[in-house]
Amino acid sequence: MTTWNYAPAPENRDIAKLRPSYQMFVDGRFVDGEGEPLKTINPATEEVLAEVSTAAESDVDTAVQAARRAYERTWSKMPGAERAKYLFRIARMVQERARELAVLESLDNGKPIRESRDVDIPLVAAHFFHHAGWADKLAYAGYGPDPRPLGVAGQVIPWNFPLLMAAWKIAPALACGNTVVLKPAETTPLTALVLAEIIQQADLPPGVVNILPGAGDVGSTLVNHPLVNKVAFTGSTEVGKLIQRSLAGTGKKVTLELGGKAANVVFDDAPLDQAVEGIVNGIFFNQGHVCCAGSRVLVQESIVEELQEKLQYRVATLRVGDPLDKNTDLGAINSKQQLEKIVELTDSGDEEGAQRWTSPCPLPDKGFFFAPTVFSGVSQAMRIAREEIFGPVLSVLTFRTPDEALAKANNTPYGLSAGVWTEKGSRILWMAQRLQAGVVWANTFNRFDPTAPFGGYKESGFGREGGRAGLEAYLDV
Amino acid sequence: MTTATELPAELADATRDDASLRRFLHGLPGVDQVGVEQRSAALATRSIKKQSKLWAIDTAIGMVDLTTLEGADTRGRVRSLCAKARRPDPERPDVPQVAAVCVYPDLVETAAEALRGSRIHIASVATAFPSGRSSRAVKIADTEFAVQAGATEVDMVIDRGAFLSGRYGEVYDEIVAVRRACGPAHLKVILETGELVTYDNVRRASWLALLAGGDVIKTSTGKVSPAATLPVTHVMLQAVRDWHTITGEHRGVKAAGGIRATKDAIRYLVAVHEVAGPRWLTPELFRFGASSLLNDLLMQRRTQLEGHYSGPNYVTVD
Repeated sequence: MTTWNYAPAPENRDIAKLRPSYQMFVDGRFVDGEGEPLKTINPATEEVLAEVSTAAESDVDTAVQAARRAYERTWSKMPGAERAKYLFRIARMVQERARELAVLESLDNGKPIRESRDVDIPLVAAHFFHHAGWADKLAYAGYGPDPRPLGVAGQVIPWNFPLLMAAWKIAPALACGNTVVLKPAETTPLTALVLAEIIQQADLPPGVVNILPGAGDVGSTLVNHPLVNKVAFTGSTEVGKLIQRSLAGTGKKVTLELGGKAANVVFDDAPLDQAVEGIVNGIFFNQGHVCCAGSRVLVQESIVEELQEKLQYRVATLRVGDPLDKNTDLGAINSKQQLEKIVELTDSGDEEGAQRWTSPCPLPDKGFFFAPTVFSGVSQAMRIAREEIFGPVLSVLTFRTPDEALAKANNTPYGLSAGVWTEKGSRILWMAQRLQAGVVWANTFNRFDPTAPFGGYKESGFGREGGRAGLEAYLDV
Repeated sequence: MTTATELPAELADATRDDASLRRFLHGLPGVDQVGVEQRSAALATRSIKKQSKLWAIDTAIGMVDLTTLEGADTRGRVRSLCAKARRPDPERPDVPQVAAVCVYPDLVETAAEALRGSRIHIASVATAFPSGRSSRAVKIADTEFAVQAGATEVDMVIDRGAFLSGRYGEVYDEIVAVRRACGPAHLKVILETGELVTYDNVRRASWLALLAGGDVIKTSTGKVSPAATLPVTHVMLQAVRDWHTITGEHRGVKAAGGIRATKDAIRYLVAVHEVAGPRWLTPELFRFGASSLLNDLLMQRRTQLEGHYSGPNYVTVD
């Protein structure tokens, strides 16, 4: 051996305790739904992982009724300190089963085990711990002396962070005294159903949390159900608009966390090597399936060549392949449909005259994979600079002055996140005040913490998740 | 200022005078502490198994500068260390030899004798190691003494006092002078990063040493804590990679002090592999300054080949 090839280091898939079939969780019990069962596949191999029962309209009604009963009879009346005990218990049980959940998440979603193990699952536990702490302190959250819950929360979550998004939705809802009916994404229902198992074992009163797998129609029935008092949705801007339209005038409280086209702005005095890391982490984390992904990098013209050389070298070291291999940096694209969308959008980049650079990394023969791609010479008018690709594709644009950087960064219908790279503190603050984005990272990117509110501007949605601000979405204020 | 030989044209300006050198070093991109530590920690999670682990162990053994730098060192001690360097694991002749034996200047002669006929380098610390607190003349004499006694590699220390007070030209001149005194011997420049403290300083000192003609930049003397750390080595590996990008030359890095376990050595190799590049995975371009590391590598090597752990009594203690 003259070169060093890392031997395969796959995590054992048996740890996931995969079962041939999974049921919905309604009113404290696992039951079969009336809907057509769906088959969830492993996007890295295209094999069927399990059959999952789905909800029909009648099941949604049953679940919402159960949630309403649980709200009225127990959960809304329970002292915050008691609710906290359940949340702490769930958090600890998530930690105990962290490995199982991480492997299952990687199997079902395609994300590398390194990320599910080191990012997703620890953050899931952290969100439950954080909100458990709030449950008996809501009177001190700044929303009045005795803020009341809203009722039943209908929650619809995406496939990019299946369990993490479930935690982001369930933890604050429960902490504030609401009950929940949650619909996981069609392609990634498994970890949410294991969370349901944990919730059952934590002895949460029946009906407080209900989990209904299914496609978009289930989500639509759920959010439009008359007994739902609060709707929380994370997903595409297109569906977000439909939801908002259908809920207009119903009095239901809504929070939407939608798409993004974040700019990562690199000034010439930036810590360059760490900026390169931040750019890589910004767009290649989770295969770029991140609503706040830094899909546009705006680089000051004077350093664009140096930065691109470093960026290409770094991106070429990314290891693409088996999500269960502990050395994999980039896993599988979540679905065939998503892969086709990425291919279509990157083709438009070629047609519109951007220069494509693709990492020379080898790709597996089967499964849905897309090599890390960087487009340079991109202008604001191109589709790859305007539309959310939701894949491992980066567009490099340049700017000359801070004003131009700001104008370009804000020149998008979205406004979820942004990054600023400079060693000058005053410039960070100047940019942060002017960037129209819910989250602005300075000299870092894609860092999440339950204490930090997350949410968008403009077509990226409204409402915040996490921190004190995130409680507002689940309180009657 | 004196100039180093064969300095690439693009960088020649930087060493024209004190002010230029200062402008150059302060013009280098900053290092974000949180970012570099995060990246370094992420790389440390690489899982190296089976064949790739065995390859890493053998490669690491071949990169060891087997070191003894004690006031209590004797000829006997150095001779037994040299025997260990030649045959690290006497029962297994296929184990590679280490890269060098590293001693104080007065013991170079003994080491040279004991290593005659082998390809193992004789490295000597010099320039008033470890503090570097003496006159230029003494430092040059120290270097010449070591080289005349047979040292093929010299590990010098920089004047951290001068560096920290911003007298970069002085540090530069001293490295250039020692470089001359080395003659054909390879020069490793010890930055003593534990005393430089910030990553920005580590980056500046790395470039200063490269500009002055150091063949290898080395983290530490091993006498100051912290000695080598992964993020510091990361910054130095970036410096030699950037140097290569500009000049086409390959310069080396040596991580010294505090690396005792195979697990740690492999993490360093992963950093070398992914930060500098696969080309640096050779004893010419990367070294470990260590003493107890070798035995742990040997024990892990046996474990890999025999499938079970053996005890510390199955490797020699020299």
